Amino acid sequence: MKAKYDVLVIGAGPGGSLAARTAAELGLSVGMVEKRPAVGAPVRCAEGIGKEGLAEFVKPDPCWISADLRRAEIIAPDGTSMMLESEMAGSKVGYILDRKVFDRELAWQAAEAGADVMVKTRATAPILEDGRVRGAVLSSCGETRNVEADVVIAADGVESKFSRWCGIDTTIPVREIMTSAQYLMTDIDIDPYTTVFLLGNEVAPEGYLWIFPKGDRTANVGIGISGKKSGPGHRARDYLDRFVASRFPNGKTIEHIVGGVSVCKPLPCTAAGGLVIVGDAARVVDPLTGGGIYNAMFTGRLAAKTAADAISCGDCSKEALMPYDSAWRESPIGKTIARNWHIKEYLIRLPDEKLNDIIHSAASLNMKEFSTLNLVRELMKRNPKLVVELAALRALLL
Amino acid sequence: MLQVHRDICGYCGCCVSVCPEGALELIDAYLAVEDGCTGCGICAKVCPLGALEVVDEGKV
Ligand SMILES: Cc1cc2nc3c(=O)[nH]c(=O)nc-3n(C[C@H](O)[C@H](O)[C@H](O)COP(=O)(O)OP(=O)(O)OC[C@H]3O[C@@H](n4cnc5c(N)ncnc54)[C@H](O)[C@@H]3O)c2cc1C
Ligand code: SF4
Ligand code: SF4
Repeated sequence: MKAKYDVLVIGAGPGGSLAARTAAELGLSVGMVEKRPAVGAPVRCAEGIGKEGLAEFVKPDPCWISADLRRAEIIAPDGTSMMLESEMAGSKVGYILDRKVFDRELAWQAAEAGADVMVKTRATAPILEDGRVRGAVLSSCGETRNVEADVVIAADGVESKFSRWCGIDTTIPVREIMTSAQYLMTDIDIDPYTTVFLLGNEVAPEGYLWIFPKGDRTANVGIGISGKKSGPGHRARDYLDRFVASRFPNGKTIEHIVGGVSVCKPLPCTAAGGLVIVGDAARVVDPLTGGGIYNAMFTGRLAAKTAADAISCGDCSKEALMPYDSAWRESPIGKTIARNWHIKEYLIRLPDEKLNDIIHSAASLNMKEFSTLNLVRELMKRNPKLVVELAALRALLL
Repeated sequence: MLQVHRDICGYCGCCVSVCPEGALELIDAYLAVEDGCTGCGICAKVCPLGALEVVDEGKV
């Protein structure tokens, strides 16, 4: 690691690696630090991603694809099942990744593009000068050193401490953290091509339970619930254990995964003098699905491009980096996050009976093309008793 | 004060993200409680495993 870089990236998840790779490809000197001893491990993810989105960043490789999906099944609180076939879901169909290998591949690509990578190296404080970020203090195996940078990219995931040390409040409200537990289970009866989502207050209050296939008899079986609903005896793990005991009593757990996902609005501002915040650290997870891999890669790449522009103009002030903030907000991901936050807020307030009603009528629909808007339109036509709820939802979508 | 049950903790960082004081820091697999913890218990509520407990000073 050098004493100074053009760009210093904190965290080697998908957001950090895409930032580091892009910045290096643009000819900048780049350092990327990861506090864990191994990139990608332990896994904190259910590993689902859309095919089209993924291909924007990396060529799909069977080395890190565990399952190629054909359909999704949504199960209502009363057990009614609704299938979304791939023809209907369009680009929504995707892969289940093997993130240990995937994340490592992305870090590798950053290194190959020319970035320096250091693992077991933690940023412990920013270097601040005249109210702007000038680098970071790094701690690596008992050694502390200062590394300067024109732009620091904070890609430090859900913890998001780096930006906090820079004076930005990154606290996730309790009701908007999805507290999650997941088992990678094997020897279970599942359909290897179908992702399953179970909804309802008994199964997963203000969240959902998922079964994401990872091969013939193997799947990520996990749950996320609102932090508001979590407490002694009713934590994410308690719900998961109850489900697994009844559904997969003979399954074998070969990995135990926990984590937190934000479903709040993104940070009000994701750039500051000498600092850009990307991925989970910026709270750009899709609040409806909890998916954040694509958004992390998207914001990571965009951050590196903006940093390169700023550096070439010799101005890394907040004003010079703000185009990053407005660009992602105006992009499809920014718009989706804004819209899905409202849908999420709407759905978590629905009692189970209304959710059952919606899924009953949706299950009987024969939609040519699945989109949330189409779904709501069709449902309104057929389901006069839900007209008030659905009108509210439609208003949000338009 | 806040007690971390290390045999339960899965070092996931979920608690770190909700602490209003920024008093938690994950050092790889070790969750450190730093100065500034007010004992509010928010982190203990959200932990997916129940590894955190706010305990009475006297009892520790
Ligand atoms: C249970 C669960 C299920 C999920 N399922 C899905 C899913 O199916 N699909 C999906 O798209 N998303 C899913 N997500 C969300 C997804 O995992 C994240 O959105 C994604 O990993 C974000 O990437 P990132 O690069 O922003 O952060 P991360 O991947 O979290 O990477 C951040 C990195 O920064 C490192 N770091 C932190 N602080 C420091 C520091 N001070 N110094 C150095 N390094 C540091 C961390 O160790 C970490 O490696 C899930 C999340 C959870 C918890
Ligand atoms: S949320 Fe719980 S399991 Fe995760 S790091 Fe905090 S104490 Fe450990
Ligand atoms: S008890 Fe409150 S202040 Fe202390 S670490 Fe937990 S959330 Fe932070």
